[in-house]
Amino acid sequence: MHAGIIFLLVIVGSVLFHIFTPWYWTDIASNWGGMDSTITLTFWVGGGVFVAVCLFMVYCVFRYSHKEDRRAEYKPEDKKLEKILTWATTLGVAALLAPGLIIWNQYVNVPKNALEVDVMAWQWGWQYRLPGADGKLGTTQVRNIADNNPFGINPDDPFGKDDIMIESDVINLENNRPVKILLRSVDVLHNWYVPQFRSKMDAVPGTVTFYWFEPNKVGEYEVLCAEYCGVGHYAMRGGVEVQDKADYEVWLSEQETFQQLSARYEKLNVDGNKLAKK
Amino acid sequence: MSDEYNNNKSYQAQSSEVLDGSAGSINPDMDYVRPAEIPEQDLYHAHSFIEKWIFCQDAKVIGVQYFLTAVFTGIVGLILSWLMRLQLGFPELAGFMTAEHYYQFVTMHGMIMVVYFLTALFLGGFGNYLIPLMVGARDMVFPYVNMLSFWMFFVAVAVLMASFFVPGGPTGAGWTLYPPQTILEGTPGSGMGILLMLISLSLFVIGFTMGGLNYMITILQARTRGMTLMRMPLTVWGIFTATVLAMLAFPALLVSAIMMTLDKVLQTSFFMPTILKAGEVLEYGGGSPILFQHLFWFFGHPEVYIVALPAFGIVSDLISVHARKNIFGYRMMVWAIVGIGGLSFFVWAHHMYVSGMNPWFGFFFATTTLIIAVPTAMKVYNWILTLWRGNIRINTVMLWCLGFIVTFVNGGITGIFLGNVSVDVPLSDTYFVIAHFHMVMGIAPLMVIMGAVYHWFPLVAGKMLSETLGKWHFWITFLGAYSIYFPMHYLGFIGVPRRYFEMYDSPYMTSAVGMNEFISIAAFIVGAAQFILVFNIIKTLKTGKKAEQNPWKANSLEWYTSTVPPEHGNFGERLPVVHRWPYDFSVPGAKDDFIPQTTAPSEVANTEVEKT
Repeated sequence: MHAGIIFLLVIVGSVLFHIFTPWYWTDIASNWGGMDSTITLTFWVGGGVFVAVCLFMVYCVFRYSHKEDRRAEYKPEDKKLEKILTWATTLGVAALLAPGLIIWNQYVNVPKNALEVDVMAWQWGWQYRLPGADGKLGTTQVRNIADNNPFGINPDDPFGKDDIMIESDVINLENNRPVKILLRSVDVLHNWYVPQFRSKMDAVPGTVTFYWFEPNKVGEYEVLCAEYCGVGHYAMRGGVEVQDKADYEVWLSEQETFQQLSARYEKLNVDGNKLAKK
Repeated sequence: MSDEYNNNKSYQAQSSEVLDGSAGSINPDMDYVRPAEIPEQDLYHAHSFIEKWIFCQDAKVIGVQYFLTAVFTGIVGLILSWLMRLQLGFPELAGFMTAEHYYQFVTMHGMIMVVYFLTALFLGGFGNYLIPLMVGARDMVFPYVNMLSFWMFFVAVAVLMASFFVPGGPTGAGWTLYPPQTILEGTPGSGMGILLMLISLSLFVIGFTMGGLNYMITILQARTRGMTLMRMPLTVWGIFTATVLAMLAFPALLVSAIMMTLDKVLQTSFFMPTILKAGEVLEYGGGSPILFQHLFWFFGHPEVYIVALPAFGIVSDLISVHARKNIFGYRMMVWAIVGIGGLSFFVWAHHMYVSGMNPWFGFFFATTTLIIAVPTAMKVYNWILTLWRGNIRINTVMLWCLGFIVTFVNGGITGIFLGNVSVDVPLSDTYFVIAHFHMVMGIAPLMVIMGAVYHWFPLVAGKMLSETLGKWHFWITFLGAYSIYFPMHYLGFIGVPRRYFEMYDSPYMTSAVGMNEFISIAAFIVGAAQFILVFNIIKTLKTGKKAEQNPWKANSLEWYTSTVPPEHGNFGERLPVVHRWPYDFSVPGAKDDFIPQTTAPSEVANTEVEKT
């Protein structure tokens, strides 16, 4: 008897915990509300099955606990019942799978007007680059990376000259404009993750990966690394600031292009040499 | 070789055995069992202490050796988890722990628990002990190879433990060992530690292959007369299918371990692209880190079922025996085990939805993953339908089974979240994943292991474990483990990533400080509660009451040995002959509420038993 009561309390407690939990997802700040809805749907269906199965189990514990003078039923199979359960489960699973796949289809198809943001990860930090006036990012190579070329942009690529280099671990984004995050890593796996945007993808050295979202709430957000990348993993943070169009454009105009950065370093070098000569 | 079993019994004599088996009301047609096709196996009996207890060829002793070694690694894994929880719940008390230590503990805990504890315990431990007994064989078909299998495992464990004591310590690459960080500086143990891990894994696979061949061939070739495949206990079906999976999946782990060793030692670039480290370009180039992930999870996902399927099988038998009712839908259960096993090779990339592989794979792997939920759900329905209209003994064994159902259903449902590709995106790499897999393949199989220990201890040791201690053990473990992992899902919803040494200062993470403290306290208590079992076993061995033969009134062959505990050779002079499945409980018209598998139909002629 006690056993049944304790199991019952566990089930009731689980449901109450879910209803009254102070810990739940952060306020969403992107277009991926569909992910939240699918989670909610899965909670209803899955949670319903969990409660139903467990309550049935508790009922059996109360109703059929051992008595010397009673015998269990002898019925090896019930084809009809098994068939009903199989089909009901299949239908339920399909109902959960369908919205999942629909949203995934949106996730892998990036809108044409998305702004490309090149995110480069290393142990342990983030760096950002935006396409310049030509709207195209210059090609890159790990071997080109140097102080005066933090992204390793190919010097003879004309598209690279006007690329905008962000000298900060915080990137600004324009509110309500889709962004395609291009992820690169120079050393190990990383993952550029903002919980409020719901989306994430690993950065893999040797290849460029991507995902997209549309920020829809002005504010500052923290970037976390979500793929284990060595001892500094837990401290690998960055930031995102989502701004209205006007503010964003002011910020954008203050950033340096690759050409300007190269020129600045050249000047530094020349000045340095002069100093050394003196 | 005077002490070998007498194998001179002729072909004829064996086939007529059934006739002299039951005196009186014999009915040759009704009780017909096919004659044996081959003579009985020769057994090598131990002649010395060393042969009997150390380099032993008796599968039962090997099973106990596997069990004890696996439990030792499990205790190491448990202590590591305590240290991790100390850091996460009470960092101010864990001042001695650096991030390096933490990641080393995370890695070793994961690898130990999945491979060296659960896999070795279910297949090496329960498999060795139960397969020959349950199918009615005198031993495994290759006893010598079986002995080598255990000692290879033992060496693998020794190498693994040695990595704690080498310069740099054990590897801290995470149990998934993802390159490139696994073998690069910046990851703890990237020198000797990772090498020893890879060597140990390779040894484990070699040793396991020796054992696995034994389990498969014994089940296929050494069943006693009348033991058709569809009369085997589900325990044997679960272990059999898991072994087949292991034989197909472990080679992927072995090759990836070898390739990674080459990357580490000879600077090959199987998994290593061009890498910039501390301002210098390393000598690697052109390799693919994602290739490793495919190989790893091609092993890693079947590995989940290598642990789960034996647990499914064992729990089915325990529920049936203690509910005094036949397992509901036996054939469905068998096909579900086989189906899940087959499907488990087509779902591996659901661990990699956000790994950067081609995102179009997501459609395929989400579909296959959710398909696997159907046979799994059928198994759950059949367990609770077995309880329905049963005559359930609420003893320690049954409590563990009920605990298994609750935790397994809980963990299975959260699996539907993670398998459903776009739902996985916000949840992957968070605490939700940790909660999910601990519930479904940590706690749930552990519940089965514990149930199985209380169930079969009277057979192995001939004494009954204390029920009172057993119930305390169960309730503390079940309620404690549930309070660890149920709230942990909600940390994942907040967005707290896994493998964080400390939570730092993010506002939504600091809101969970209280929960982390609570989880840690629960973890300390649950871990400590496991020593109740150790105490129970020691106390029972010293002063426990002697078990009668077949104390649970079960039907399967392991309870019908000539002695308890069974001696070498298991069944005395004659092998049992099987006439029915092991689930004839509460058959209408029968005198007792159980009919052993060895009972001939003519002995229970007036029962309404269905043909099995």
